[in-house]
Amino acid sequence: MTGGAALPRGIGAGIVLFLAFFISIVSPRFIGGCNDARADTTPLKISIGYISEAIPEPDPLSLVEIVPKDKGLAGVHLGIEDNNTTGKFLKQTYEVTEKVIPQGGDLHAAAQALATAGIKLIIADLTADRLLELAGFPEMQDAVILDIRTQDDRLRLTDCRANVFHMMPNRAMKADALAQFLISKQWMKWVLIEGSNPDDKLYADAIRRAAKRYKGDIVEERSYTFTAGSRRTDTGQAQVRKQMTELTQRLPDYDVMIVADESEVFGDYLPYRTWDPRPVVGTQGLVPTAWHRSQEQWGATQIQRRFIKLAGRPMLERDYTGWMAARAFGESVTRISTADPKAMRDYMLSDQFELAAFKGQGLTFRHWDQQLREPILLASPLMLVSVSPQEGFLHERTPLDTLGYDLPDSQCKLNP
Amino acid sequence: MRTLLGTTALALVLLTASQADAYTAYVSNEKGNTVSVIDLDKMEVTATVPVGERPRGIIMSGDKKQVYICTSDADHIEVLDTESLKVVRTFNSGPDPELFTLSPDGKTLFVANEDNNMVTVLDTSSGDVASEIPVGTEPEGMGVSPDGKWLVNTSETTSMAHFIDTSSLEVVDSVLVDTRPRFARFTPDGSQVWVSSEVGGTVAVIDVATRKILKKIEFAVQGLRKETIQPVGIVITPDGKTAFVALGPGNRIAVIDTASYEVKDYLLVGQRVWQLALTPDAKLLLSANGESNDVSVIDVDKLKVLKSIPVGELPWGVAIK
Repeated sequence: MTGGAALPRGIGAGIVLFLAFFISIVSPRFIGGCNDARADTTPLKISIGYISEAIPEPDPLSLVEIVPKDKGLAGVHLGIEDNNTTGKFLKQTYEVTEKVIPQGGDLHAAAQALATAGIKLIIADLTADRLLELAGFPEMQDAVILDIRTQDDRLRLTDCRANVFHMMPNRAMKADALAQFLISKQWMKWVLIEGSNPDDKLYADAIRRAAKRYKGDIVEERSYTFTAGSRRTDTGQAQVRKQMTELTQRLPDYDVMIVADESEVFGDYLPYRTWDPRPVVGTQGLVPTAWHRSQEQWGATQIQRRFIKLAGRPMLERDYTGWMAARAFGESVTRISTADPKAMRDYMLSDQFELAAFKGQGLTFRHWDQQLREPILLASPLMLVSVSPQEGFLHERTPLDTLGYDLPDSQCKLNP
Repeated sequence: MRTLLGTTALALVLLTASQADAYTAYVSNEKGNTVSVIDLDKMEVTATVPVGERPRGIIMSGDKKQVYICTSDADHIEVLDTESLKVVRTFNSGPDPELFTLSPDGKTLFVANEDNNMVTVLDTSSGDVASEIPVGTEPEGMGVSPDGKWLVNTSETTSMAHFIDTSSLEVVDSVLVDTRPRFARFTPDGSQVWVSSEVGGTVAVIDVATRKILKKIEFAVQGLRKETIQPVGIVITPDGKTAFVALGPGNRIAVIDTASYEVKDYLLVGQRVWQLALTPDAKLLLSANGESNDVSVIDVDKLKVLKSIPVGELPWGVAIK
């Protein structure tokens, strides 16, 4: 056993962390494997910070869809709850300190407040630029930041950071997951419809990359500008149908329409309104996603029910990545009996780390860009349709590395 | 050739089985909401009984006259009479019962309730809930020691095997195992408990007296990716010499020598092999193969798969009388 037992009881989290830091230097107990599997019951308080910016998000087009105000955070809460259920057998207690700044607010002050309280385990629910800002603050250099929101490929490439791990799959992973499915269906000819927001272009770029990788044929691209700011009501449907039919007429022969509309302003209007009778996939229709409320495989029914009980609504993708982030911290503390950020980071990058997240296999981080490897669900609005990687897409390491940027394609080499 | 072999094997089984009592197997079909009844003399399904929603855990009552079934989505346990093949009673088990185990005296059912992180203790004569024991997140595997003194519950998200004293009904120790522990089985002498970890891909052999892990058994099948090997159900022969571990989507049952902990063989069965059961004479092993909707019958001495019997949709578990 390590010297953990010598820690005084009931001491503040900061001091515990401080002591734990030295303990971990003297004896990084996970190295070489710890044969004594008896739970270490030295009391430990684990403080996690949640940091976000209150940016208004567009409401879904359909009135059927819920409009949650706690997307992401609710998942974090469930993860903390799960950690505490485990923690009670180990005398470990988890708590989360929430810092939600107003739009354009002082991110540095929020980060400083967390750091001053000794909190260096951070769950970031931020957009790409804000996340990079956070990762660059001096107080955060020795922190472990788990990104539950960004999908930007650049954060896994030129803008990757050593103190950031990504729980959310990036666009390239999702586009590859979708492409593998389309190829396995022999739907080779694609039409790409791109929205006018900057993120739509990034999504379309990922689709173009996937088309090249998997020999999909983009037979035509079209862009669409749509400016409606609110959900449609009353007699909008006649006009919408006409617009979508016009948008999709006189296309060359194709199998499937891929829509890139991340802010959900028109994509949901496409199915059944296209000129030709073709399925719609992409950001709407059949969607590649880390999570879906219809997912019940691999024991997922339990977490779906647990989440609904807690949040009063179905679990969304960002709730899932939030839950995974809290669980990744919890899983690491359970296994290495310390909450020291350096030891946690090393453990999460080690072969021992494995996150069980209702995907039928243990999830691990890619060492080069610190992106979580994860199967991607392909779901229609009410049903899970498939899970990628698809059968037959092989890789020397793991089929999961067929999704997204593999080591040879990546400009990011964080942990050689 | 294949047919000839099959016929010979079948004839052999018929011979073996007819020497002993005629055994009957009850198979819970998770998606079909039925229980398939298999006559092990004839090796065929003789009845299909509709039960409550999502039947999973299935076990014989102490007197073998009834079958207890966890009908998970119906949020209770159903009691199937083996004579009339009718559900004669339901037990209020707490929400989402998935797996359970019966005390050796047949008086108490210990039920894992996945939805509320509890183990429910049920009196089988009154049908009343005697107690509830808080455990980790998503309790699942349940094993009781042959002397009835220890109950081991595994919780999936917590990745622990909880040792519960059945007299005080309290968790007295928790052993950390690999991720998503699914099932717990005591050896016949009660000295060890074997715990399978579905995502971790291992079986931990835990010494009951010291609660230390003696061995983590790993599995490797040529041509199968590591992540498709997911240990779930475990049975151990009454002589304590051989353990069988169902490998889920690995579609195989591992045969383990309990003295050396070595995997001696992998038996190819159906798809997503889940729970296992031995006949009382331990001559036959049955496996519920979820995705191929069948049950494999294995000759324990020869380690040969004798037959696949089609059952209902998504077979989950087997109980044999």
